[in-house]
Amino acid sequence: MGKKEIIKIENLKRYFKVGDETVKALRGVSFTIHEGEFVTIMGTSGSGKSTLLNTLGCLDTPTSGEYYLDGIAVKGMGKNERARIRNRKIGFIFQNYNLLPKTTALENVELPLLYNSSVSAKERAERAEKCLREVGLGERIYHKSNQMSGGQQQRVAIARALVNNPVIILADEATGNLDTRTSFSILTLFQRLHREGKTIIFVTHNPEIALYSSRNIMLKDGRIVSDEYNHDIKSAEEVYRNLPVDTE
Amino acid sequence: MNIASLSKIAVKALGNNKMRCFLTMLGVIIGVGAVIAMLAIGQGSKNSIKAQISEMGSNMIMIMPGAERRGGVRQSSEDMQTLKPADYDAIVNQATTIANITPSVSSSGQWVNGNNNYPSQAQGVNTQFLDIRQRKVTEGEMFTEDDVKTAAKVCVLGKTLVKNLFPDGTDPLGKVVRFGSIPLTVIGVLDEKGYNTMGQDQDDLALVPYTTVMKRMLAIDYLQGIQASAIDENKTDETIAEITDILRTNHKLRPEQEDNFTIRSMQELAEMISSTSSMMTVLLAAVAGISLLVGGIGIMNIMIVSVTERTREIGLRMSIGATGRDIMTQFLIEAIIISVTGGILGILLGALATWMIKIFANWPVQIDPSSVILSFLVCTVIGIIFGFYPAAKASNLDPIEAIRYE
Repeated sequence: MGKKEIIKIENLKRYFKVGDETVKALRGVSFTIHEGEFVTIMGTSGSGKSTLLNTLGCLDTPTSGEYYLDGIAVKGMGKNERARIRNRKIGFIFQNYNLLPKTTALENVELPLLYNSSVSAKERAERAEKCLREVGLGERIYHKSNQMSGGQQQRVAIARALVNNPVIILADEATGNLDTRTSFSILTLFQRLHREGKTIIFVTHNPEIALYSSRNIMLKDGRIVSDEYNHDIKSAEEVYRNLPVDTE
Repeated sequence: MNIASLSKIAVKALGNNKMRCFLTMLGVIIGVGAVIAMLAIGQGSKNSIKAQISEMGSNMIMIMPGAERRGGVRQSSEDMQTLKPADYDAIVNQATTIANITPSVSSSGQWVNGNNNYPSQAQGVNTQFLDIRQRKVTEGEMFTEDDVKTAAKVCVLGKTLVKNLFPDGTDPLGKVVRFGSIPLTVIGVLDEKGYNTMGQDQDDLALVPYTTVMKRMLAIDYLQGIQASAIDENKTDETIAEITDILRTNHKLRPEQEDNFTIRSMQELAEMISSTSSMMTVLLAAVAGISLLVGGIGIMNIMIVSVTERTREIGLRMSIGATGRDIMTQFLIEAIIISVTGGILGILLGALATWMIKIFANWPVQIDPSSVILSFLVCTVIGIIFGFYPAAKASNLDPIEAIRYE
């Protein structure tokens, strides 16, 4: 594959000290993710997937091992440098959306750009609006976060993750709080972003999601137990269309 | 991230909790309002004392017998007889910076006119007393230098005495009243001045030639005091030095001996009085300042609650790229907005309270612009100081834990 390496980790280890014990959350994980991949990272709780996500998201630093994000060595970076790299290169999507309360969709999406002083107020609003339109909320840009359904809130969160043109989108159980139908509509959105060339890492404990991604990494006890490419990606959109419509 | 966008975020966050924000502000509002009002009262009373003193003659100098009194030490009667008419003559002849000068002796006693009597004093002075004290004789005339020379039995009465000795309103001029056993002819009536700041009735006064008081009433050969006015009120210190020299020479004091007289200028007196009033002002302002401090603690309390409450928001901001510094600045700005807005409202409240004190209690008040600027600065500083700890707390949160905080 001649594509650009977005994420490259080598023998990543992360140990925590809890009292006298050392918890080995990651015991040497290595993989490379290229541009345009849609990777699901799967594992039960305690498998180390949250720690891996925090490390990939530059929120945490590994105890040992190397991590290159878009060719930049993250290990050894200070707090402020990591904040900057999160702001410029990463888009986060959380299970519980984490939108600001009583704040419009537009303002929520603008948020990452507020912490980037090279983006003017005008450009900020334009980019935020464009991203909201991309996720299908063009009509709701001035709706407040607490006036929206879970699916809509997650779409706002996705728009927020897209607004800084990140090299990687990190989703943490992004469909975990949603009902089946809404989950599939969000998955459809992820697949569309994948088709458009975005690189996505989707962390989940739900094995079903792997059917819709291009690659699946399974973690167990801090180690990779399988790393397989999916050559038969199912269409979430199809499933979504075949689901019975809610009659409310 | 620039201050402008952080301020916008801060304003928005405060707007989400208007009631709480206002209640927190209230502490600062009341604190600042109290400081402003207290300082206005202090400044007002100081000003009115100053005005009163300059009306009494700010260039006035008083010379008293005996060394400066310290504490409650009693002085022997001999010490109180160190000022003689010769001293007065010496000052009159030698001093160059004095405009007017009068000896001063007074006798307490009963003023009597027929059935009416009134306990007061007979103030023995010369004709220059009127100029020194800036008083006037409105009816009749002041006694003359000749009257002083001959120790004439004449008097000039203040309005309070006239009212008490002539309650039926008859013209006192030319009437003979008695002070103790001595009959005195009323030749003039003083202008009406009312009470001064210290609550003294300035009309409870009767002027008699000082020679009359010394010879006919008290039978003494010394003066109880000398009052003078300096030519230039800004040079009273020089005048005091001059008089000191004259008196020391006249009293034949050797250099190592202490003065056996005391000289006070009205300005010194004014300073003494205003220093008392300043102390009151400081005390009042200190009490008010404490309430401002309590207001600041209120801000800190609410900011800590706010940081805890918004842990997830802080986690989110950090995970999308806010640095610890950005978070810190945001919370500091929130604290400063509360304290500064509170400060501005407090200044308005203080002005309103001051105005009400003026209207309803009729106290002299004056808002000093410096007190407004001072309380404004204090508010900002309080916002920074009390906002600092919560802001630092927020900026030190671990984004991983913060974002999952329930």
